[in-house]
Amino acid sequence: MTIYNFYIFDRNGVCLYYVEWNRRKQSGMSSEEEFKLMYGMIFSIKSFVNRISPTDVKEGFMTYKTSKYRLHFFETLSGLKFIMNTDLNVGNIRDILQQIYSTIYVEYVIKNPIIELDKPITSELFKTKLDDYMKGLPFFPAKVS
Amino acid sequence: MGIFSVYIVNKAGGLIYQYDHNTQRPEVEKTFSYPLELVLKTFDDKVVVAFGERDGIKVGHTVLSINGIPAEGKVLQDRRDILDVLNDESNYPINIKFGRAKLTANEKLMLASMFHSLFAIGCQLSPEQRSSGIDLLETDTFKLHCFQTMTGIKFIVMTDPKQTAVDIFLKKLYEVYSDFALKNPFYSLDMPIRCDLFETNLQAAIEQSERQGVSNI
Repeated sequence: MTIYNFYIFDRNGVCLYYVEWNRRKQSGMSSEEEFKLMYGMIFSIKSFVNRISPTDVKEGFMTYKTSKYRLHFFETLSGLKFIMNTDLNVGNIRDILQQIYSTIYVEYVIKNPIIELDKPITSELFKTKLDDYMKGLPFFPAKVS
Repeated sequence: MGIFSVYIVNKAGGLIYQYDHNTQRPEVEKTFSYPLELVLKTFDDKVVVAFGERDGIKVGHTVLSINGIPAEGKVLQDRRDILDVLNDESNYPINIKFGRAKLTANEKLMLASMFHSLFAIGCQLSPEQRSSGIDLLETDTFKLHCFQTMTGIKFIVMTDPKQTAVDIFLKKLYEVYSDFALKNPFYSLDMPIRCDLFETNLQAAIEQSERQGVSNI
């Protein structure tokens, strides 16, 4: 089991934070373009799901999987989007994304008075707290590259 | 509930077959008195609730009928404009039925091509070597399963989140497609499928799979 990478987007599509752990393939474009593509894909999937769903959606899109990885998506009411890519053995981790929001993002970004909320996060404290949290997860691989 | 609908998309992203199976769309019927509390707007040639969710009427629901007269886009079947009818005080009290509009053929075509591109982007954004596109997309109301053949045709099935053994059904669908569409001498490749035999066998496969999916739980 492994975690590949993690994105946070704000409601306008700005990538606030990106981190990767065991990513084995780069997308072959600049990271800025990759963020745009990722945000665009999530935005389109959300609208696709809303339109094609036979009944009214509440949470909407939650996760998708391919033959090699699984993408988990969590959106807060304020439009903040948390996206995590893991391998296929990881089950439902919605609560973990929710916890990253409530115990790390809110504590170390929202409550930090010098952070501008619409700019990418550069806080070292947030970075280390998130890294520690991820490494403590049961499905984070023991051998960290 | 089982299987909601089946889409077949050719290698260029064009929809070549679509089938809706027992989709029950939620409908809410209610009688209103003059100033209508709901805010309605026209969107995509339909009258849509823009504000004021209440009693099961949600934002995004369209007006399906007024006083039992079905709506056709922005007008009623008797050619009266829906917004004009609702603005006229003498028509009240009025009975309006709201619900999710059925997808039109045009919207289905658009959504199918949209999924085709999402499939390709999902492949491109993979953090792992040699990944396929989207196999399974999960939401709270349905699961979308997709199977791409070696020749690039995609079979897309939307099911209830609890439906099991959908991968077997997808393989069966491929079999039905090969047997009754491809082997039909009048069928031209990558063109819309209009074969009765294909349709009946597809329906039989859906019903069989729904029975099995339920008994497996």
